[in-house]
Amino acid sequence: MAMNSTGRGDTRPQADTVGGATATFTGNRGLQIEEALIFEQGQPGRTAVDLPEPPATALRIGKVKARGEIGLPGLSEPQVIRHYTRLSQKNFAIDAGFYPLGSCTMKHNPRLNEAMARLPGFADIHPLQPISTVQGALEAIDSLAQWLLTLTGMAAVAMSPGAGAHGEQCGMIAIAAALEARGDKRSRVLVPESAHGTNPATAAALGYTVDAIPATADGRVDLEALKAKLGPDVAAIMLTNPNTCGLFERDIVEIARLVHEAGALFYCDGANFNAIVGRVRPADLGIDAMHINLHKTFSTPHGGGGPGAGPVVLSEALAPYAPASAVVRDGDGFRLVEHPEGTSFGRMKAFAGQMGMFTRALTYILSHGADGLLQASSDAVLNANYILASLKDVMSPAFDGPCMHEALFDDEFLKGTGVTTLDFAKAMLDEGYHPMTVYFPLVVHGAMLIEPTESEPKESLDLFVATLRNLSERAMSGDAAHFTGAPRLAPRRRLDETAAARKPVLRWKPVEVLDEAAE
Amino acid sequence: MANIKFTKDHEWIRIEGETAVVGITDYAQQQLGDVVFVELPDVGKTLERGKDAAVVESVKAASEVYAPVDGEVTEINKLLQDQPDTVNTDPHGDGWFFKVKLSDTAQLDVLMNETEYKNMIAELT
Amino acid sequence: MRYLPLTENDRKGMLARIGVSSVDALFEDVPASARRSGPIEGLAPHEGELGVERRMKALAGKNIPAGSVPFFVGAGAYRHHVPAAVDHLIQRGEFLTSYTPYQPEVSQGTLQYLFEFQTQVALLTGMEVANASMYDGSTACGEAVMMANRVTRRSKAILSGGLHPHYAEVTRTQARWTNFTSIESPADVDGTEDLTGLIDDTTSCVVVQNPSVFGHVRDLSALAEACHAKGALLIVVVTEVVSLGLLTPPGEMGADIVVAEGQSIGNALNFGGPYVGLFATREKYMRQMPGRLCGETVDADGRRGWVLTLSTREQHIRREKATSNICTNSGLCALAFTIHLSLLGEAGLTRLARLNHATAAALADRLAKVPGVEVVNDGFFNEFTIRLPKPAAGVVEELAERKILGGVPVSRLIAGKPELDNLLLVAATETTTQDHIDALAAALEEIL
Repeated sequence: MAMNSTGRGDTRPQADTVGGATATFTGNRGLQIEEALIFEQGQPGRTAVDLPEPPATALRIGKVKARGEIGLPGLSEPQVIRHYTRLSQKNFAIDAGFYPLGSCTMKHNPRLNEAMARLPGFADIHPLQPISTVQGALEAIDSLAQWLLTLTGMAAVAMSPGAGAHGEQCGMIAIAAALEARGDKRSRVLVPESAHGTNPATAAALGYTVDAIPATADGRVDLEALKAKLGPDVAAIMLTNPNTCGLFERDIVEIARLVHEAGALFYCDGANFNAIVGRVRPADLGIDAMHINLHKTFSTPHGGGGPGAGPVVLSEALAPYAPASAVVRDGDGFRLVEHPEGTSFGRMKAFAGQMGMFTRALTYILSHGADGLLQASSDAVLNANYILASLKDVMSPAFDGPCMHEALFDDEFLKGTGVTTLDFAKAMLDEGYHPMTVYFPLVVHGAMLIEPTESEPKESLDLFVATLRNLSERAMSGDAAHFTGAPRLAPRRRLDETAAARKPVLRWKPVEVLDEAAE
Repeated sequence: MANIKFTKDHEWIRIEGETAVVGITDYAQQQLGDVVFVELPDVGKTLERGKDAAVVESVKAASEVYAPVDGEVTEINKLLQDQPDTVNTDPHGDGWFFKVKLSDTAQLDVLMNETEYKNMIAELT
Repeated sequence: MRYLPLTENDRKGMLARIGVSSVDALFEDVPASARRSGPIEGLAPHEGELGVERRMKALAGKNIPAGSVPFFVGAGAYRHHVPAAVDHLIQRGEFLTSYTPYQPEVSQGTLQYLFEFQTQVALLTGMEVANASMYDGSTACGEAVMMANRVTRRSKAILSGGLHPHYAEVTRTQARWTNFTSIESPADVDGTEDLTGLIDDTTSCVVVQNPSVFGHVRDLSALAEACHAKGALLIVVVTEVVSLGLLTPPGEMGADIVVAEGQSIGNALNFGGPYVGLFATREKYMRQMPGRLCGETVDADGRRGWVLTLSTREQHIRREKATSNICTNSGLCALAFTIHLSLLGEAGLTRLARLNHATAAALADRLAKVPGVEVVNDGFFNEFTIRLPKPAAGVVEELAERKILGGVPVSRLIAGKPELDNLLLVAATETTTQDHIDALAAALEEIL
C-alpha cells in the first residue's frame, strides 16, 4: 500500500500521540481498517463486470479518434465490495448514533422510503417517455405537491429545484420576475445577520445589494431596525422561521404586513420547517415563497452530502412566475408543462425534478399522516427544550426562554478554560457523538447549535446530556489538554486543513507524474 | 518608524517617496489564523481609499483588505502566491501585499501612527 | 407511531423538567392568528407500512418501466445496466445516512470516495482537476458559464445549436436573472455548425455538447483554438458519460471546462432525478470552481487523510461574494458513480463504450432499411437522429400503444419549429437486444 506516512512538517494543532497506542503491523486497529485508494490497488486485466465482446465492426465516430488509455484501475468485485465496505466503516451516520447538527434536521431515514423509491415503476422510467406511460409518476408528484400545499397553505409549488439553495434561487427569481412584471425596479434585499450564507449569496447573484438587519438582545429580528431599512427600493426580505438561533420570529405577521406595505415580497427559508410542520401554516404568517428541504423536514437521506430536493411553495402573487417543468392536471390524468409558458421565469434544471426524493418524501408523509407530522414537530421541539433545560446550568444558552426545535449555546461557559468550541466538539467525537453545528449562526460567539429531532428516544437524550455535563465539568476543571488533543479514537486525528488549502491536492496522480513534477 | 501609518482596519502603509507599500498588521494575521491564499490586485489597477484592494484567505475565513489611500498599483508581492504563510511569519516585512503610487499624499495625515494603532488594539483585547 | 420513540410517559417527565404543562406552551410565540387547534384538515392520518406500500405500488404500477419493453429513449438520460453491488453498497447506512463531511475525522469514508470520484472525473474528461459533483449536468452547465464569466471578466456566452435544449434553457434563465448574455444558435441537426465567426473579444465562452443532442461527434480542437485566440473559454458538455470510454476526451481537444451528466454510470433513470453533475477544469482555474472540493492532507499523527478544502469560495464563508450559492453536492449519486466505475475499470468501461456504439450502429443499419426513414448522422456514439416522413410525436405515441418506447421527438425538446417536427432521437445501449431492434423496425414499417 502506498501510504504516505511522512508528516508534513509542523502539523496543526500540536497534539500528543495516543498514549500507549497499540502499534500493529498493518496499521489497522481491529475493525478500523486502513484502506488505500482504488488507484493504488488496481491491476490491468482485472474487471468486476463481465461484458460480451463487441462485434468487430468499424467505428462510426466521424472525424473523432478513439481515445487512448484513460488510466482507470481494474479491480474484481470482491475487492470493490471490500474497499467501499471499509470506507463506510470510517463514517459516522444517523444509523450509528445521535447526530445533533443544528439546522440540518438529522432525523431517521426510514427504510420503506428506499424500498418504494426503488420500485421499477419509479426508478426505471425516463423523464422523456410519452406522458401516457408515466401517469403514475405524475400523479405521485401531484400527490406530494398537494400535501405540501395543504401543509403550508400556499397557492402553488415549484417542484423542480434540486436542493435547498437551488430552491432559494427559484423563489428569489420568482420575486424578481414579479417585480419586473409590474415595472418595479428595486435593488435591495434585507437579510438578518444570522441568516445562512446561501441567503445573501443567492440575493447577490441576482444583482441585489444585501442589507443586513440586526437582531435584538432576545435573538429575533429588530423590528425597529427593519422599519428603518424598508423603502421603495427594497425588493424582498429573506427570513428564516424559526430563525437560525432556533427561535420563532414572534413579530413575523407584522413583518409581513410591513414588507407588503412597502411593495416588497417575503421570502422564507424553510430549513427549520421541522419545528412547525403540521402545526403552523407558513401562508398564515404572510410569506410569499418558501423552499422546503425534503432532505431535512421530510427525511430523504443526506447521503454524505446529497442529493437533496428543494421544492418552493408560492403565494398567489408569485404563482404565475413558476418555472418549467411543472405537472398539471389534465382531465382525469396529468401532463407536463416542459416549455416555460406565459409569465414563467424559465427553467431551473433539466427534466421534471428529483423524482427519487419525491417518492421517498411521499412515503414518509403517507406514513406519518397529518397526526404523525404534528406529533413529529411537537416531539422535535420537546426534545430540544429538554436538552436546553437539562444543560442550561452548566453550559451557556445564547438566549433566555424556550427554543423551538434547536437549542443554541455560546462559548461563554468555556471562558478562561483554554478550551474552544472547536476543541469541545472534537472531544465529543471520542465519546461517540457527531458534534452539533459549531460556529453557526455567526451572530453568537463560538456558537453550538443542537438539533435532536423527534427521532431520539429519551434515553438517548439523557446519555447525551450526561456526556455534555461531564465534558463541561472537565473543561471547567482545567483539563484543557483532553480537548485540544481530541479526537484520539476516531479513524483520524485532527487533520491539517491549512496544508490542504495552501497546496491543494485534489486528485491522485501516478507516481511517475509526481516525480516529473518534483524535478 | 516614522514613515509607517495604520488604518482602523489593520492595514499598514509604509511610505517610500511617491509610492507606498501596503500590508496587514501582526494583529490582523493573528486574528486570521493560517493564511492559505492571497488574491492581489492587478498591476495598474486604480484603488479607491476604503474600497476592496485584495483578499486574504485563511482556512475558515476570507477577509477583504482595503486600500488605505487612493492610487495606482505599481507592484504586487508575487512571493505570496507560492508562500502565503509569509503573511503570518513576517507581516510587516516580506509579507507585504502591494505597492501603490499615491494620488493624494494628504490622505496619509488622517491615518494612525504606530502609537495610536497600538492603543487601538489594546482596547480591542 | 413507528418513527417516534417518545412515549406519553417520556413526554410527561420531559415537560416537568422543562417546567411547562404541555408542549403547546412552547409555541406561545406563534401569532394567535396562525394558531390551530389540531392537525391540519383535509389530510389523511398515519398509515402502516402495508398501507403505504399499497398506495405507492399502485402509483408505480401506472408507469411503463424502461426495462419491460423495447426502449430507445435517450436525450440526456440513458438506460444502462448497473451491477447489483452498487445498490447494495450505497444502501449501507454509513453512506446513506451520513452528512456532509464537515467533521473530517469521522467522515473519511465519504472524503476518500470523493477524492476517488474527483480523480475519476479528471481522468475521464482529460482535465486536470474536478470537483466533488454538482446537482446535475444542466445546472453544472449554467455554473460553468458563470465561472467563465468570472475568469474572463466578460459576460457573453455563445451556446451551440447542438446543446440539449433543457441545458440551454437553464443557461438562458441564469443569464436573464444573473445578468449576463447568452446567444443561442439554430438547431444543429446535421452537425455542421461553425461558431468561430461569432467569437470576438467580448465572448466569455462557447458552450458545445459532444456528442451533440442530435448525436453528432466532432473534433473540437479548431473551435478551442478559435476561442483561445480571442481570450474566450471553451466549455464542453457531455450528456452521455459512457461516450468518454471511446471518444477522445474534451481535455485533449482543448476544453477549458468540461461539464457532464454522470447519470449513465451508477444511477437509474429515476424519471429525471436525482442525477449527478460532473465539473472539471484546468488547474489554474481551480479557485474559480463552484461546488465542494475534497483535498488530501495528513492528520496530527502524520497519517494521510482527506478534508473539504478551498471552502472560502463557498457560500457559508464568502456569503454575498461566494463563487456560487451552492450548498449540496450529489453525494450518494457520486458514490454510485464511483463504485460503478471502480467495478468497470479501464477494460470494462472501454468494452462497455464499444458495445454501446456497436449496438447503435446495428440499430442505425436496421432503421435505414425501413422505407421512409433517413438516418441523419454519419458519426455518433450511441444516439442518432432519424428523419421520418411524418411528425415524430405522433409516431412515438403509436409506438407507445404497441408497447415500444421508440425515442424522443425533437419537437418535445424544441417547440414551435415545424421544420424539426419529423425528427426523432433514438438511443441504444448495452441493454438493447436484437429483438428490441427488430420490434422497433417492424413497428415503424407498419406505422409509416
